[in-house]
Amino acid sequence: MTQLSVTVNGKRYQADGSAEGESLLFVLRERWGFTSVKNACEEGECGGCAVLLDDVLANSCLVLAAQADGASVTTVEGLHDGGSLHPVQRALLDEGAVQCGFCIPGMVMAASDLLRRCPRPPEAVIRWELAGNLCRCTGYQKIVEAVLRAAGTTREASGT
Amino acid sequence: MTRLTDGIGASPRHQDAEAKVRGGFAYSSDLSRDDMVWAVTLRSPHPHARITAIDTSAAWAVPGVRDVITHRDIPGEKRYGQMKPDQPVLAFGTVRYHGEPVAVVAADDLRTARRAAGRIRVGYEVRAPVVDAVAALRPGSALVHPDGNVVAHTRIRHGVAQSGDLPRAPVVVRGEYAVKMQDQAFLGPESGLAVPAGDGGVELYVATQGPHTDRQQVAACLALSQNKVVIKPAGVGGAFGGREDLSVQVHACLIALRLGLPVKMCYSRRESFFGHPHRHAAVLRYTHGADRDGTLIYVQAEIILDGGAYASSSPAITGNAATHAVGPYRVPNAAVDAWAMYTNNPPCGAMRGFGTVQPCFAYESQMDKLAAAIGADPVAVRLRNALGEGGRLPTGQVLDGPAPVAHLLSRLRDLPVPADPDSLESPPRARGVGYAACLKNTAFSEGFDDYSTARVRLRVAGGQPVATVITAAAEVGQGILGVVRQIAVSELGIGDVEVEQADTVFGPAGTTAASRQTYVTGGAVRAACLSVRDEILALARKTLVREHAPAIAAGSLAVRDGMIVDGSGRVAATVADVIGTTVIDKTAEFHHRPTYPLDPVNGQGDSAVQFGFAAHRAVVDVDLELGLVTVVELATAQDVGRAINPVAIAGQLHGGTAQGLGLALMEEIKLDSGHVLNPSFATYLVPTMRDVPPIRTDIVEMADPHAPLGVRGVGELPAHSSTAAIVAAIRAATGRWLNRVPVSPEDITPCA
Amino acid sequence: MTPVLRPRDWHEALSLRSARETAVPIAGGTGVMVAMQRDDLRPEALLDLSRIPELRRCRAEADHIHIGSGVTYTYISERLSASLPGLAAAAGGVGSRQVRNRGTIGGSLGTASAAGDIDPVLLACGADIKLTSAGRSRWVPAGDFYLPAGRTALGVGELIEAVRVPVSPGFQRFTKIGRRRGVVKAICSVAMVLDRAAMRVRVGMAAAGMVPCRVPAAEELLADAALWRGRTPLGGELLEQFGRLVARTADPGSDHAATAAYRRHALAVLARRGLADVWGRYRESEP
Repeated sequence: MTQLSVTVNGKRYQADGSAEGESLLFVLRERWGFTSVKNACEEGECGGCAVLLDDVLANSCLVLAAQADGASVTTVEGLHDGGSLHPVQRALLDEGAVQCGFCIPGMVMAASDLLRRCPRPPEAVIRWELAGNLCRCTGYQKIVEAVLRAAGTTREASGT
Repeated sequence: MTRLTDGIGASPRHQDAEAKVRGGFAYSSDLSRDDMVWAVTLRSPHPHARITAIDTSAAWAVPGVRDVITHRDIPGEKRYGQMKPDQPVLAFGTVRYHGEPVAVVAADDLRTARRAAGRIRVGYEVRAPVVDAVAALRPGSALVHPDGNVVAHTRIRHGVAQSGDLPRAPVVVRGEYAVKMQDQAFLGPESGLAVPAGDGGVELYVATQGPHTDRQQVAACLALSQNKVVIKPAGVGGAFGGREDLSVQVHACLIALRLGLPVKMCYSRRESFFGHPHRHAAVLRYTHGADRDGTLIYVQAEIILDGGAYASSSPAITGNAATHAVGPYRVPNAAVDAWAMYTNNPPCGAMRGFGTVQPCFAYESQMDKLAAAIGADPVAVRLRNALGEGGRLPTGQVLDGPAPVAHLLSRLRDLPVPADPDSLESPPRARGVGYAACLKNTAFSEGFDDYSTARVRLRVAGGQPVATVITAAAEVGQGILGVVRQIAVSELGIGDVEVEQADTVFGPAGTTAASRQTYVTGGAVRAACLSVRDEILALARKTLVREHAPAIAAGSLAVRDGMIVDGSGRVAATVADVIGTTVIDKTAEFHHRPTYPLDPVNGQGDSAVQFGFAAHRAVVDVDLELGLVTVVELATAQDVGRAINPVAIAGQLHGGTAQGLGLALMEEIKLDSGHVLNPSFATYLVPTMRDVPPIRTDIVEMADPHAPLGVRGVGELPAHSSTAAIVAAIRAATGRWLNRVPVSPEDITPCA
Repeated sequence: MTPVLRPRDWHEALSLRSARETAVPIAGGTGVMVAMQRDDLRPEALLDLSRIPELRRCRAEADHIHIGSGVTYTYISERLSASLPGLAAAAGGVGSRQVRNRGTIGGSLGTASAAGDIDPVLLACGADIKLTSAGRSRWVPAGDFYLPAGRTALGVGELIEAVRVPVSPGFQRFTKIGRRRGVVKAICSVAMVLDRAAMRVRVGMAAAGMVPCRVPAAEELLADAALWRGRTPLGGELLEQFGRLVARTADPGSDHAATAAYRRHALAVLARRGLADVWGRYRESEP
């Protein structure tokens, strides 16, 4: 068992080899203190633990820590550039889309990943791409509006 | 920092929101201490069994294990329960539901604790479970508890039904309906961190809806006085009723006291499905009698709620089911019986609606059935019978404020329907539109005095008046702390207001439940602010007298925008000058208007503080061959009395509507002889972003003259008529009479 | 504390596979991690294949696409939609974006879940699966890969190396249904491949409780060359019969998501609609 080394938000973190069989979610939260990555189901159904793994959106509960060895991980803290908010974060605030907020870090990761790949997605695409992020409080309405806003579009312009 | 423009009616950002989008907001599951131990619960695999032995020795032998507790280790009350303390902290003698806690193990880390819990040997003599609530009502049924299977029974007889039979009616429609067990499925798992206080007491950081009710039960079970137990509300990841009952509280605190170490508990999603009471499954049998024009003559209803193994809030839920049984309609004669039954199914308790969602599905289905029977339009039948101000409920209570049921339905009916798709032919699809209306009471009923306490401190800092509002109201994501701040800004006329979440050392705000916090805690905050304002004005008069302006001092003065203004609106002084170095500190208790118990014979009484009203319209497309439903649009209109924060209110309407969609189409805790089959998000399906359509909200404000600021309770209503409207729309599309929620594809397209 | 074996290349992976038979292979983790979390799987060790470069490659050959077992659903759905539209459609509907980014075609085959979405397509395409051990490789036709009770033809010491999917001119379709519209867990699914060169329609189906399979009896209805040359519209009766034959061949189970009767009914509907769709497109296409 070799040491694990993962770059998280640009900074290197290490764990001893005994962590290799844990999930990346477990190591991020319990070993390195990234509590923004949420455990709401631990079986890949809710998206609460979504991170970028080598720039690819993944549910960290389904990634073995060993599989992240040498890789780079981005959590929601890594999205704000020098403290200022990512457009998705700002839009969620401006739309009043945050209620209990438990889904929000994962939602921010998924939405920011989507906008990076597809800068002006229509509403139907947003709903399809973010279907793996469950929310129980908001009925998704304002979250969708926030993503449209962050993309610089409005509901009417998005063709819905 | 708040501004004067952030008062009542504005939609300022919540103080927690930025931390939540940045990821820094700490939920109860995120808390930790370096020296903490992890505790894990061992639960019964059987719905009904006698415990013959509990052998924890193998668990104790696992390296890293610090403590193992069973019922023997509970120093105080061995049972808890908000209304009827019948639920064991840890099982003894008999386990009565799949998942009942039997033991708790604490260890240095979570994995060790789980492994050790698996080593505990429990001897079970499996018994046949009671799983049918309807059968449990029959004499001679097997008993779940020795005292009988009825947890509670509420009986209402209204009109001629008080003295005899219900009258004859030219049109009679009957129906039997089933509502299956829904789960709150809040995303943040049950979790808490208990820290021994060093004085023999304990502090518990926990996600809860009711810190003071938690404290009372925890103290009783730990044999401590209440002031030795401090419940500190921690970040909550959603609640919807599922955090009104105890989960980790006693377990974590007890071990923390035994070890003298902090104890962390955090349920997995699977465990969460076992860790809190669910929405009652129900069987509802209704008969509506009406004139040929659809005017209701009577409603007769029998409602059987499956309460599961322990009482939880079933007694109050039963009362609610009965008092809400006929819906937002004028019914001159009514005979309603509602029972909550014990079974060996999982315990059921509070979930958004609290016993009124199930009757809504039934009474709205009945209204559609009545419309069909007389060939009338479903909305017209509802308008004909709609309650209004001055209307009387089957409890005899008169609505002494606006009750805009007809108005809400009319607004929805007048909304344009979304354009039909190009083709409904291929594959064969049908579009349907459905309407439903509902009512829901606010706050606790039948004489409960669920008051709230708030404290407002005003001082000068940096030359400006700054206010701090302190409340123990549990913030669960609905935004009560923001509402509180807005009320203070408006009532104090001061822009700089901060809100502090208090723990149980402070007076109770009552549970965050029953759509009550804006009303009751809002009322307390307002009362404290008015007290502060009175004090400001008293100080102002003294100051003005001292400054040789006795005429102004004796005249009318008001606080406005941080200034003291006289009767003609001229600024006489600033609040900051007048207060100087004084700290004004006022605490207020707000009690809502009194309510009264229902009389035990006829269920008559002014049992409710206030009612709120809502309606929904649903548009669905149904694939007729496959029975698959697409909800195309949902629209809702709701009377909120006065909208303190319109954006937050819209959020409640959206969220509650989505939960109603879930109950209509997909959410069901599936049971087999008391065993939970689907404790997972893979198999307990909640709506995704692709399932919930855009939701149109129409927020109506018809102030309740008896409520502080005219507000009405908001949060629960959206979860009622949403379900009923969707099913009504499916019926309209398919012509199939659906009487069960959630609706399955097989209900729509039966295949032999 | 589960040890993880981390081979750096395919050769090392195969050696480890034969040396440590009880080590469970893991790629994207969307199957194995869930099973471990549910305690359904308690492996003595894990064999991580997620970073074997050879497995993550995909190449177009003359008449087929060679897909490494480590290729993700996202890759298949976004890069192979022109050459393998049916497979891309199935891959594009698996789980969520997060799951598709990690889940692999090899992992899907290794898990052989009865609700696996790509299985009917592999069957309908006539795909072959490459099973390799330290000693040898063999190609197993998809039809021989799936065995009863969730087992597969994967032998001791073998790993799934690749899938070879024929490219056929024509039209393809995949449909699955479930209880909700997002993150759909299939109640059942049907894949349809219309191969205009071979003048054959191939049908694959999957549902809980049965081995994914082809439906030769239904396919036989379209075996008449005259139909193809004449581009005859298919009559309602033939379509109905097609559906009935699919339903009769199916042997799904009942569970709390759906009954066997509903699955059978739905398979018939999906098959009929699928055939109508691909045949309609064939009729409208350039000769």
